[in-house]
Amino acid sequence: MKKYGSICSLLLVMTLCWAGSAEAAKAIVIDGSTTVGPIAKSFASYFMKKYQTPVTVSESGSGNGAKSLINGSCDIADMSRSMKPQEIAAAKAKGINPVASVVALDGLAMVVHPSNPVRNLTESQIADIYSGKIINWRQVGGASFPIVVIQRESNSGTQETFKELVMKGRQVVNSAETQASNGSVKNRVSQTRGAIGFIGLGYTDSLVKKVSVNGVTPSAATVNNHTYMLARELFMYTNGRPAGMVGRFVDLPKTLDGKRIIKELGFISKY
Amino acid sequence: MQNSSGMHENEAAKSGRSSVFVVSARKRKLQKISQKSGEGTLLLIASFVAIVVLFIFWFVARDAVPYFRLRGFQEFFTSSEWYPADEPPRFGALAIIYGSIMVTLGSALIAVPMGVIASICLSDILPFTVRQYVKPVIEMLAAIPSVAYGFFALVVFAPLLQNVGGPILMWTWWVIAAPVLLLAVIVASELLTAPIEKEPKKKVLHLVSALFLGSLALLFLYFVGRHLQGLVIMSGTNALNVSIILSFMALPTIVSVSEDALQAVGRELREGSYALGATRAETIIKTVLPAASSGILAAVILGIMRALGETMVVWMASGNSSHIPDPFFNYLESIRTLTATIAGDMGEADQVTGSARFHVLFAMGLLLLVVSFVSNFISERIVVRQRKVLSGQ
Repeated sequence: MKKYGSICSLLLVMTLCWAGSAEAAKAIVIDGSTTVGPIAKSFASYFMKKYQTPVTVSESGSGNGAKSLINGSCDIADMSRSMKPQEIAAAKAKGINPVASVVALDGLAMVVHPSNPVRNLTESQIADIYSGKIINWRQVGGASFPIVVIQRESNSGTQETFKELVMKGRQVVNSAETQASNGSVKNRVSQTRGAIGFIGLGYTDSLVKKVSVNGVTPSAATVNNHTYMLARELFMYTNGRPAGMVGRFVDLPKTLDGKRIIKELGFISKY
Repeated sequence: MQNSSGMHENEAAKSGRSSVFVVSARKRKLQKISQKSGEGTLLLIASFVAIVVLFIFWFVARDAVPYFRLRGFQEFFTSSEWYPADEPPRFGALAIIYGSIMVTLGSALIAVPMGVIASICLSDILPFTVRQYVKPVIEMLAAIPSVAYGFFALVVFAPLLQNVGGPILMWTWWVIAAPVLLLAVIVASELLTAPIEKEPKKKVLHLVSALFLGSLALLFLYFVGRHLQGLVIMSGTNALNVSIILSFMALPTIVSVSEDALQAVGRELREGSYALGATRAETIIKTVLPAASSGILAAVILGIMRALGETMVVWMASGNSSHIPDPFFNYLESIRTLTATIAGDMGEADQVTGSARFHVLFAMGLLLLVVSFVSNFISERIVVRQRKVLSGQ
């Protein structure tokens, strides 16, 4: 999906470059996180239909988004983390004032096979499972059955979130199975008795069992009130308070249509 | 112009049969030009194919070399730590290379005996009418898109292996091993008692040895079967799953090409063999197979290349965990192959951000290219040599 997405956005950029030079319309340029990318792209197609303003979206990672904003090569930087102090300092030195707007909330659910009796895992238990220290469900209060660890491919946004929030620098065991998408992780977990995986909250259904983390059930409500730890805010950074078309774009998450798009993509609306 | 030449031909026809082929100088020149341009077009198209191969080599190598320049050879070939997105990144591809070897070998172990036996059956045992129906059915396996195989492997076969993998393995073992062992027992007891001359003694010894070997074989069958039945397959997306599916994908190539090779041996050799008093088994094993061996080898290598280069199935159903199974021959663990790694990581590794990460994929592609090139080259050499031996040079 992501591959096709980046190809699509590339095509979009190309056509827009052409259109832009032809009509000299001021396009909104967006760069940054691959996690926020889908939201930005859906917003972009909605925005272009509604306001006839071209929007280009590229996905090169949060760090690169920040870099482009600092260099003035984009209007909006998508970021799946807040800007680091040194990035803000670099921006200030160049006369740019980065302002964050929250786009949506991204929650991760730890899922297991429906027959698995385990209901709750602590953060450190999850980290131990994924680093290969805990290898049997018995060690976390389940039946005596080996754990099949399922992760996402190395640069997926979901994987990044997981590594950042849970692993905290520890390495995922290299015998972990790797799946290409939220959907295929769900598919594998729903069919494999010993499996554990993590998927976006929007992807969960009755085929897999959500596990509470540190005693908190994952849901839109617990993500919203910051009690569920496997969640983070997704941002769009702009230079100063956004105004004009850029302002309208950044405010899309607050509109009804924006909320609908966010929900459809499996994220959680903050507003 | 057409009119004038037509007139000319009419005149020629009038003047008699012998001058029918006389054409005007102008027309002859035109013919020559069209002939040359036709040949030129064909040459252009043929060389285009060759040039494409060269260009692929060149472009892959051009993007692969920077990786080795950046990171050297040692890590790539000796470490199995594949963490391309970590900080600092590590690009140990040993486990991935091993995964590729493992599934290729596994699928070859299944597909080669099966394919060769099937092709012998098709060419020398089945009657012509049956063959006409069976061969197209086998070849139809090649027409199924690989993503359909992958989907089957992931959605149907993997859960099946997880739920009833042990019994499946046991029954497969019985179905395949029982007839083979039976045949082996018969042949072995025959060979054992062959030197004995005396008639009653021979008969008794034959019976005893057959019974002894038979019961040994039965025990062997039973214990291996019981062990297999007791196996619990944790995850169905593993090397075994992929090997089996890949072997089915390689089968049509192997069967079709080696059946053609067996057919090409011809009636004369077979009839000659029968005329010398050979049985059908002797004819097949000692005459037909050696004569067709170069063709069969080419078929086998083509089939193996198919398995090595397949991407979609392994990407979907191998589990993609970059580690060497423990123990190393454990086909029930999930693995990761070169092709799947290239397919999976290419979208994420753009040229700007992680240059080593981008180029390492081309290094893998180059490795695959070199392997298939070398094995093609070797098979070509063997075929040539075999042909020389057979023609008595």
